[in-house]
Amino acid sequence: MKTNPLMPSNDRININVAFGFWLYLMSDCILFAILFATFAVMHNRTFGGPGASDLATLPFVLVETLLLLTSSFTCGIAMLAKQHQRKNLLIVWLVITFILGLVFVGMELQEFIHLIHEGNSWQRSGFLSAFFTLVGTHGLHVVIGLVWIIVMIVQVCIYGIDRDVSTRLTCFALFWHFLDIVWIFLFTFVYLLGGL
Amino acid sequence: MFGKLTLQSLPFHEPFALGASIMMALAALIVIGLIFYFKRWTWLWKEWLTTVDHKKIGVMYIIVAIVMLLRGFADALLMRTQQAIAVGAHHGFLNAHHYAQIFSAHGVIMIFFVAMPFMFGLINIAVPLQIGARDVAFPYLNSLSLWLTVSGAMLVNISLVMGHFGEAGWVSYPPLSELTYSPGVGIDYYIWALQISGIGSLLSGINFFFTILRLRCPGMTLMKMPIFTWASWSSMILVILAFPILTVTLTLLFLDRYMGMHFFTAGAGGNQMMYVNLFWAWGHPEVYILILPAFGIFSEVVATFSQKRLFGYATMVWALLAITFLSFIVWLHHFYTMGASADVNAFFGITTMLIAVPTGVKIFNWLFTMYRGRIIYATPMLWMIAFLIIFTIGGMTGVILAIPAIDFQLHNSLFLIAHFHSTIIGGVLFGFFAGFYYWFPKVFGIKLNETLGRYAFFCWVIGFLLAFMPLYFLGMEGMTRRLNHYTNPAWQPYLIIAAAGALVIGLGIFFQIIQVLYSLIYYKQHQTHTPDPWNGRTLEWSTTSPPPFYNFAIIPTVSTRDPFWEMKHTLSSTAPHYEAIHIPKNTSIGFMVGICSLVFGFAMIWRISWLSIASFVVMLAFIIARAFVREREYTLSAEALARLEADSQKDRL
Repeated sequence: MKTNPLMPSNDRININVAFGFWLYLMSDCILFAILFATFAVMHNRTFGGPGASDLATLPFVLVETLLLLTSSFTCGIAMLAKQHQRKNLLIVWLVITFILGLVFVGMELQEFIHLIHEGNSWQRSGFLSAFFTLVGTHGLHVVIGLVWIIVMIVQVCIYGIDRDVSTRLTCFALFWHFLDIVWIFLFTFVYLLGGL
Repeated sequence: MFGKLTLQSLPFHEPFALGASIMMALAALIVIGLIFYFKRWTWLWKEWLTTVDHKKIGVMYIIVAIVMLLRGFADALLMRTQQAIAVGAHHGFLNAHHYAQIFSAHGVIMIFFVAMPFMFGLINIAVPLQIGARDVAFPYLNSLSLWLTVSGAMLVNISLVMGHFGEAGWVSYPPLSELTYSPGVGIDYYIWALQISGIGSLLSGINFFFTILRLRCPGMTLMKMPIFTWASWSSMILVILAFPILTVTLTLLFLDRYMGMHFFTAGAGGNQMMYVNLFWAWGHPEVYILILPAFGIFSEVVATFSQKRLFGYATMVWALLAITFLSFIVWLHHFYTMGASADVNAFFGITTMLIAVPTGVKIFNWLFTMYRGRIIYATPMLWMIAFLIIFTIGGMTGVILAIPAIDFQLHNSLFLIAHFHSTIIGGVLFGFFAGFYYWFPKVFGIKLNETLGRYAFFCWVIGFLLAFMPLYFLGMEGMTRRLNHYTNPAWQPYLIIAAAGALVIGLGIFFQIIQVLYSLIYYKQHQTHTPDPWNGRTLEWSTTSPPPFYNFAIIPTVSTRDPFWEMKHTLSSTAPHYEAIHIPKNTSIGFMVGICSLVFGFAMIWRISWLSIASFVVMLAFIIARAFVREREYTLSAEALARLEADSQKDRL
């Protein structure tokens, strides 16, 4: 295979795996696109229940957003530590990323529980079904990311930062940043536009 | 403890289901008995269940497709028989519920568990060889995809024994498919069988898209790729773009049924037409996912057996890409009757007619390839010729259906049924049969018996025309699809002809089974003794038949479009220089995840919560465990490779 000077070198990570994983992310992107489209179709179908403007507690969601954005930043620092082969530093930043992600999921769960207590569960209306599904799918992805961080911390402890582990960390970083981008759209279309 | 599952779920009171269950159990027992008798368990495990070799995975995909074809065809026979007799006072032997299950299962099986596995099987076998690669990009993922597909197919078969299948057609439109109107487990079988196999298809799509993009041998630029590879690539683009839509659609239906959500319910803000839109936003690309590889196979076959290079290679490629693009903007033609405005319907009518243009380009290219070629009428070429005629009929009736004003008359009539069977049998299935006969010698080193192949071919074509041409007329007479009983006696003669046609197709399938068995039993007469039995043009014919597990001892370098044809016609005699190669090790994890997904699907269908959670956790554990497998490849040294090659040379002499 020809070596492309624009591509990152193939000896530190397995470029094929990273590229293949990126392709998977693109299909995941379509999955979210369809959920967004569903949300757009359903957003007026409130059936007498609360609409988007009644749900948004913007300061609360802003904190969530900042948590997730910060976790993307810390994930980036972790990747820098990986590139410099600083094992302990890498683990520290991964743990910080994990905690930020965990708090994010916790806050989202709290928001959900609050809604359900008010009698506005996903069974209330078509709109709430779409809301819970869209936000919940993103949350589920974050949970998968959290499990992934745990696995990666274990792997770094056992194997150090070799080519295999490095490749997986790169994939994880792609995944984590992708979730961040999805959240930006969520924040805009679900909460900000809903809050207007 | 066992959710909805009780002894009542077993089919003791339904003679048909009971008979089918006993047949299935017998078949399974015979297979298990044979494996014990020949002591082949280790062989089965090491050579097949845990393999990551793309050729073997391809063979297993095709076995799944053939087994499921028999099941789907049995459903078709039941439907044809019922319609041939159930007129007026006669009500046939199937009640409405049973009949609904049969047509639902028939559609699901034929699309998801015959056409899809057949396609992935042929792509698995041929694409890596055509691009001069040693394997696919992600061999473990490939095995995982296979076992997820098998798991989905098993769920459909289990529905025959335990409980029942969906009764809402292969599309399962809500609100009929909602819990209120379909409270049983049928729709849940549908959801989980499709969801599990759909994820397998998505992973395969990524795998092959990537393999073709990155693993081509040196010199094979995009415009030098064989057309089958191009067609597969276009199809995989569609898989990656379309299958997530199916995943979401099924998930939303699942959420409605299991969590009480209101996406598609009649009331509480649900919107049924959204399901229909989403389903066809996947469903229309899906039909091109199936037909594009078939187009690719025909392109290979027509060039090989006309002994000419393919006419209009570049236009073939552009036609493929045009179809790939257009297939995403036609979905609404499946439901013009939804009540969208005339402008919307006109837009989709025009885009639908536009698709006929690149397809027509391809038809003419095939014809021009045959023009002044020295055509050899071997079995793959026969399927090609039948395809040209039947598919063109199907395509033209498609253009008729694309006109909204006409579609309002023909919507959901037997005219539609005849149209899509003309394209899916005449196009997709005939294409895969052509590929099956074409590449069989490559995989097994045995040519299938030509005489029996001809019998099978003529039975299929005559049977097809008898079975489906009457349906065009019935459709225009106003007979709608999915009827288990009708009152107009004028329709009966046509339906009796159609039933006879189905029997003739059955004879064709019978000849095909005999053909494969006969050729395998008398393999000495059918051995090819050459890697290149058809005088082929592309790289897969340059390696031995069957190919070694590493495909190519030396990765070829190509400079033209029909590289093997060039190699054969230019002499070169450089001594081979071998280098060490990396071979992926077998892994059982794909198989294990497949089993877990089967248990998980089953537990979700019957709502056995503890088993769902347990199987899901185990599945997750297997996937994570894979990350802890360190030595995933082994090295085949240059000396060992040289020895293997020398041995195979000796065998050939």
